[in-house]
Amino acid sequence: MAESRTASTESATQDAWPIYEIKRLSKTYARHNVTALSGVELTINKGEFVSVIGSSGCGKSTLLKIMAGLLPPTTGRVTLEGQPVTGPSTHIGMMFQQATLLPWKTTIENVVLPIAIREGRSAAKAAHSRGMALLELVGLGEFAEAYPGELSGGMAQRASICRMLVSDPSMLLLDEPFSALDELTRDFMNMELQRICAERQATTFLVTHSLDEAVILSDRILVMKSRPGRIVEDVRIDLPRPRTLEMVNTPYFGEIISHIRGLLGKEAHE
Amino acid sequence: MTGATQDNLEDTVWMEHEAFIDRIPRWVAMTFLFVAVVAIWDLVTRLGWVSAIILPTPAETFFDLIFVGSNLMSGGYMLTALWTTTLTVFYGFLIAVAIGFSLGVLVGETKFGERAVMPYLVAIDTMPKVAFAPLFIAWLGFDIASKVALAAFIATFPIVVATAAGLYAATENERMLFKSIGASRMQTLVQLKLPTGLPYIFTGLKIAAVGVMAGAITGEFLGGGKGFGALIRQSASQLDTPRVFALILYLSLLGLALYFTVVWAQRRFVFWNKSDGPGGKA
Repeated sequence: MAESRTASTESATQDAWPIYEIKRLSKTYARHNVTALSGVELTINKGEFVSVIGSSGCGKSTLLKIMAGLLPPTTGRVTLEGQPVTGPSTHIGMMFQQATLLPWKTTIENVVLPIAIREGRSAAKAAHSRGMALLELVGLGEFAEAYPGELSGGMAQRASICRMLVSDPSMLLLDEPFSALDELTRDFMNMELQRICAERQATTFLVTHSLDEAVILSDRILVMKSRPGRIVEDVRIDLPRPRTLEMVNTPYFGEIISHIRGLLGKEAHE
Repeated sequence: MTGATQDNLEDTVWMEHEAFIDRIPRWVAMTFLFVAVVAIWDLVTRLGWVSAIILPTPAETFFDLIFVGSNLMSGGYMLTALWTTTLTVFYGFLIAVAIGFSLGVLVGETKFGERAVMPYLVAIDTMPKVAFAPLFIAWLGFDIASKVALAAFIATFPIVVATAAGLYAATENERMLFKSIGASRMQTLVQLKLPTGLPYIFTGLKIAAVGVMAGAITGEFLGGGKGFGALIRQSASQLDTPRVFALILYLSLLGLALYFTVVWAQRRFVFWNKSDGPGGKA
């Protein structure tokens, strides 16, 4: 992976250290006696972009919720920067399928919501300038005082990126963040996401349904299969950065896509 | 590029057809309907198809309307009665909102409320609540208190149901967001669930505003007292039908005032919700 990276990011990869570690993770839902996850081992290094892909019901949402500290694991060890994850944490920023902006708050108030919840109203006021800087970063500066009802789907998702980043988390968890957007907006947002992640050297974990999206954004793709939910392969993507949408047309891109599709396709015949 | 303007073909512009009934402006439609109903009403009474005791002529009703109106304006006994009923409705609504909202939060927010309280509420709600009127009178006497109690009793249930439903309205993602940013249960309730549920709660308040009127008047019918309901019953027992009509019309102003106060509050507090539902846009 290191060879294919551009010079600017090389130093970050060389002294990469594990930020997020999962060992022997399993999750069983007692009520239905369903094993959602079994034997998951995962290490994510500082600055890495890791995607997980798999058919619906393969346990990837469960994995994400456990990583976010929203669900307790049944067995296993989950640590973020060496600290056990036993609940929601300021070090984790999340993004969801829908922008989930509160319609009665302005865009900037939505962006600083995590601060308002954790540290109170005055701290949130103090964080307005930080929120503004983030909105400028995603090109929403002039919409700070607008209500979410006036934003388009793509703009709303950009605002929710800012909300995720406002408490400066060390780990980003994205749950199919752009799947509700149209394809053109989605491509654009993916490029934006890449730019933001590169700029902040963010460590990112993305759950997605889209193979193209996973390949274009990721350093590694985890392919998951269901019953029980498990990681069957850890695919490295050796495409140079920054990635462009044109890379979709390269033979290498096609090879990876067909390789992963092969892995996923087998499941249907099992 | 200019080819479109160079050819000799005609434009194919055509008009969308809108039916005549949909093209009538609001004020014309309202005036027309009013005149039509009064005309038919006048015809029916003038021709003697219906006895004057059952249905007075529009003219008689109109004169009574003026009589009652002037009594109200001059601060006569009718104004005192209207004020009594207004107070009954006001207190009844306030109590219904306080109890209904609290029970709604209990039912919508806690498993205990949902499991233990809700079944009993549903059971009581299915009873004809007016049937409790004699009990309230026996407990609280013939004064305003028994009417307030009945009005509040009737108006409470829609608020409970609406508040509980409103608290369920926040989506899974929104709840997850609040959980992920470490919000406490109270913070989630106050900053997410209640604001999200406001449109539902206001729908409940509108239903309650109608119910509280019905409760107050029913209470006054059955329990006497000095309210407008007692006046209506008195006039009815004297077969003074025009007076009954006039009183009901003025009473409806009270109901409208309460209803549109709720609508106003809804617009003020739920400004972000574009769909107000019926009545909201009026």
